[in-house]
Amino acid sequence: MARAKTGVRAVGALLAAVLGASLVGCSSTGGKRAADARKAQAEAVGKAAVSTPRWTFAMVTHSGEGDTFWDIVQKGAKEASAKDNINFLYSKSDEAQQQAQLVQAAIDKKVDGLIVTLAKPDAMKDVVKKAVAAGIPVITINSGSAQSKEYGALTHIGQDESVAGEAVGDELNERGKKKAVCVLHEQGNVGHEQRCAGAKKTFDGELQNLYVDGTNMPDVQASIEAKLQTDRAIDAVVTLGAPFADTAVRAKETARSKAEIDTFDLNPKVAAGLKAGTLGFAVDQQPYLQGYEAVDLLWLYRYNADMLGGGRPVLTGPQIVTEAEAAQLEDYTKRGTR
Amino acid sequence: MSSTAPPPVDLGKGSAGDERLLTVSPLRRLLGRPELGSVVGAVAVFVFFSVVAGDFFQASSLSTVLYAASTIGIMAVPVALLMIGGEFDLSAGVLVTSSALVSSMFSYQMTANVWVGVFVSLLVTLAVGVFNGLLLTLTKLPSFIITLGTFLMLTGLNLGFTKLITGRVSTDSISDMQGFASAKKLFASELVIGDVTLKVTILWWFGLVAVATWVLLRTRFGNWIFAVGGNADAARAVGVPVVRTRIGLYLGVAFAAWISGQHLLFSYDVVQSGEGVGNELIYIIAAVIGGCLITGGYGSAIGSAVGAFIFGMTSKGIVYAEWNPDWFKFFLGAMLLLAALLNAWVRKRAEATR
Repeated sequence: MARAKTGVRAVGALLAAVLGASLVGCSSTGGKRAADARKAQAEAVGKAAVSTPRWTFAMVTHSGEGDTFWDIVQKGAKEASAKDNINFLYSKSDEAQQQAQLVQAAIDKKVDGLIVTLAKPDAMKDVVKKAVAAGIPVITINSGSAQSKEYGALTHIGQDESVAGEAVGDELNERGKKKAVCVLHEQGNVGHEQRCAGAKKTFDGELQNLYVDGTNMPDVQASIEAKLQTDRAIDAVVTLGAPFADTAVRAKETARSKAEIDTFDLNPKVAAGLKAGTLGFAVDQQPYLQGYEAVDLLWLYRYNADMLGGGRPVLTGPQIVTEAEAAQLEDYTKRGTR
Repeated sequence: MSSTAPPPVDLGKGSAGDERLLTVSPLRRLLGRPELGSVVGAVAVFVFFSVVAGDFFQASSLSTVLYAASTIGIMAVPVALLMIGGEFDLSAGVLVTSSALVSSMFSYQMTANVWVGVFVSLLVTLAVGVFNGLLLTLTKLPSFIITLGTFLMLTGLNLGFTKLITGRVSTDSISDMQGFASAKKLFASELVIGDVTLKVTILWWFGLVAVATWVLLRTRFGNWIFAVGGNADAARAVGVPVVRTRIGLYLGVAFAAWISGQHLLFSYDVVQSGEGVGNELIYIIAAVIGGCLITGGYGSAIGSAVGAFIFGMTSKGIVYAEWNPDWFKFFLGAMLLLAALLNAWVRKRAEATR
């Protein structure tokens, strides 16, 4: 009994200490307070701007757990939903079978619009066609531009991965690089393969693929380090996701390599890195736009039977971002919209 | 042996008699069933989502839930049997993908009738099952370690071979090849009644549950499974073929993985090489929710089906209820703990009333 009491007392003392420390040791910069101030500014907007009935749109993606990129897509979709008076539903699974089932669930719910990614097009074929047959307008985003029309979707919003890869190859040529490494963090992702293949196509130097386990950051760092240590001639590393750029920078420092780190996609760290010059350039496909436009175009279709793109995919990238634009984008990345 | 029955032994009053010959009341027998706790849980989950999610309780939604449950359930049945036999199989998830990949790539590369690929895939998948069982017997290492190794090797083989053979990370489409239509009928057809779509996997699932239940409760092999899982040394001492039983159980998992893999292939006609990782735990979760003991010797096939059904209801119910899917894993974990506690409590009560 006595032991239990001292335990309780110890926990109480610890809590008091933590609370006390947080009250005394205030930070005058950053932190939640700064974020709250930003949020208050943002919340001045966010009321529905239209008088259409409240429709329900569902978005089903192939995202894994806790993915920054898809978080931004969702933000865009949610903000467009707030404006267009839409009840927005989001679900995801990185297993093709599960994703197809989630689309089926949306059909069961008789949603008024469906936004879906076709990272695994063949798995989604039947169920997307089923949605179209059930009279649900479908827009595909992010991946599957080649299949979108065939499955009966109204349009596709996203970036052509091969074209984005080619843009990287061109940019590397302009920067006079000779030997590059393309870091693929998701084995089995078709879009990633296309990016590296596209870069290889236009890059005049030599480009090698390096496969790493993206769910395990220390492993990513170790793999890139090992690669840079074994081959001193490497002068460019291209990562395919924003979180991996920072890891590549660390790996480069540990390996004492001269390579320039470039990346696909943006996040606050990448924007800061571009500004500071630790990163060369970033290729952005503007995920916010993919979410926002998908909801907005569905709304336009339901409201006015309008559709953008003239039967061709609506491209949101590639947009090459360098030091010049970094300062401006830094605030937006902190806000979580770029 | 004379064909006349021996005269009944008169035990008389006062003598203890043989406990195995006691008649047990039906209620007590029900309380002693391993899946009782999970059935209670399933009813609770069903009622909960029917109330919370308006779209959940309608025929088309329930058929989606049943399909989701069947894709897990087909694998949960042999995994439950294996766990009753006291072993694990962590390679079950990627084995499904392997089976689909082998079938698809063999047919495509050899330009053979797809049934040839299906058959070759069955052989390869069963070979992996035998490999697991034999290695377990020969090395005396725990099955957790053995199948962890198999799991990693298969994951690598899936990615490596697919890339080597097709040059990409997914297989080539075989939907225009001979035999595809008939194979699709068997593994991935659907029956449409009004706005309800019943997938053939649901039939496979019910069939497997029925067969497994019969094996467990009505055959010698079923007794062996319980004996090996309860105490392997004691089972060996009384003449149970422990090695054969274990290999048989791994063959069962392999067979179900083959069915699931063919379903994947003929539903989507292209297979992604990186999938299936993590599903092995979901099969184990379904079996545990259904009343299987992690230490072996106790559980049922019906329980695994109920566990899979709970999983299907939860994963899709969250969508129908329009909740944020980020919370799904939390619910799953909480449900696993609750189910395990409920099962333990019911088991204790059942043993106390005996």
